[in-house]
Amino acid sequence: MSADTPLQKEPESSQNPPVDGSELIRFDKVTKRFGSNVVLDNLDFSVDSGKHVTLIGPSGSGKTTILRLLMTLLKADEGTIKVNGDYLTHEEKNGKLVPAGEKHIREVRKNIGMVFQQFNLFPNMKVLRNLTEAPVTVLGMSKEAAEERARDLLELVGLTEHIDKYPTQLSGGQQQRVAIARALAMRPKVLLLDEVTSALDPELVAGVLDVLRDIARTTDITMLCVTHEMNFARDISDAVLMFDKGRVLESGPPEKIFGDPEHDRTREFLSAVL
Amino acid sequence: MNWDWQVVDDFMPRFWDGVLVTLQALAIGTLIAFALGLVWAMAQRSTLVWVRWPVIAFTEFIRNTPLLVQLFFLFYVVPNFGPSMSPLTTGIIGLGLHYSTYTAEVYRAGIDGVPAGQWEAATALSLSKGRTWRAVILPQAIRRVVPPLGNYVVAMLKDSPMIATIGAFDMLGEAQAFSNETFTTEAITVVGVAFIVIAYPASLLIRALERRLVR
Ligand SMILES: Nc1ncnc2c1ncn2[C@@H]1O[C@H](COP(=O)(O)OP(=O)(O)O)[C@@H](O)[C@H]1O
Ligand SMILES: [Mg+2]
Repeated sequence: MSADTPLQKEPESSQNPPVDGSELIRFDKVTKRFGSNVVLDNLDFSVDSGKHVTLIGPSGSGKTTILRLLMTLLKADEGTIKVNGDYLTHEEKNGKLVPAGEKHIREVRKNIGMVFQQFNLFPNMKVLRNLTEAPVTVLGMSKEAAEERARDLLELVGLTEHIDKYPTQLSGGQQQRVAIARALAMRPKVLLLDEVTSALDPELVAGVLDVLRDIARTTDITMLCVTHEMNFARDISDAVLMFDKGRVLESGPPEKIFGDPEHDRTREFLSAVL
Repeated sequence: MNWDWQVVDDFMPRFWDGVLVTLQALAIGTLIAFALGLVWAMAQRSTLVWVRWPVIAFTEFIRNTPLLVQLFFLFYVVPNFGPSMSPLTTGIIGLGLHYSTYTAEVYRAGIDGVPAGQWEAATALSLSKGRTWRAVILPQAIRRVVPPLGNYVVAMLKDSPMIATIGAFDMLGEAQAFSNETFTTEAITVVGVAFIVIAYPASLLIRALERRLVR
């Protein structure tokens, strides 16, 4: 079953800043296969601007695939994805949808930032340059403006004193916080987070999650988050989507999904991870 | 064995001519091999088949035929339909082209060694193709490629006497001609020592560079 839920913000999560509620991401009948393995099956879902949406579900259910499709690291076999009102990998020409050119894709993709499980910082650049490279060369910001923003962001993630270090001189948790700052430096409308704490030593997880909580609370950025940290998901999410076998099994506010899920499958999954 | 310093002395003017040819061939040949090899390596990763395929075929062909044949082809066949060049120019181009197909493999391995996550991060930041190569991929590949590239410089030095066969007299070519004319052998020994004198510091330099880059 496909859930086509315009994930409404729950009134009780009032600590979040007001949002305009317009649709930022829409998957429309998206199918993705790897060979004969149908990973996403005719998937519909949407995320409203400013919302924090968490994807949960068993390993292999297609959560990473969704984020990678959005980041254009993968290409859908069927269906369309809209970001901020524009087709991500299609263009309308003479009333018909055709595959979009690289330029169009780049423009739409600028709305999206991503943080990876393995950080993927550029090891040949110091922390500062990791944060300024794209703003300067992609957005055309001046070096001074980009560096000032980089400093602000490093303060936000609590790493000001590491600005002149190389990534390998930092702990995993610090690297991941730099990676979060790097993604934010591009001022994306939506931040994709794929199990960003799974590669970390347990004692470093909290620091990264605190930074993300902070960002969720103080900015109006939209978040699409895959995580196994259920407490974190409960804290920050406006909506939780339970995935199973490439479909949305159920979705709703965290209190509902974690407290009183409709499906046994969800209950089983939650009891296994909690 | 009689060693006659007078013979060595007589050989010196021609020796220096030969050294100049050897060093020119090595220096410019290296530049060509390093630059062209990178072009091949990047073209082999192109998404366009009509770029990728001919380059793969061409480099395989060059790598699997003898340098000597390529030198003869460039010197005797190419002028029939293309430019005709001096023996030294032809020799330098031949050496550079031949070794570019080996450096291409070195670059390819170095580029493949950069984790996929680096490409993905570059995409996620919308870095342009050119910027991704220049700022992210190549700086990380370089530390993997310097040691093997250095080895090919030394290999090219050792192959450089082949250009004498098309009339570009490097130091060995000069020594051989001199020895035949004077019925002496000192010149060959002098050149043998000269090869070591050039090659050894070169390997030391490469090793020093390697230590700096590969931490
Ligand atoms: N590059 C790939 N090639 C082939 N199969 C893949 C690839 N990436 C993912 N898959 C398959 O797609 C399915 C969904 O994977 P993924 O989206 O990573 O799931 P999740 O993130 O929910 O654990 C899995 O069965 C996985 O084996
Ligand atoms: Mg995953």
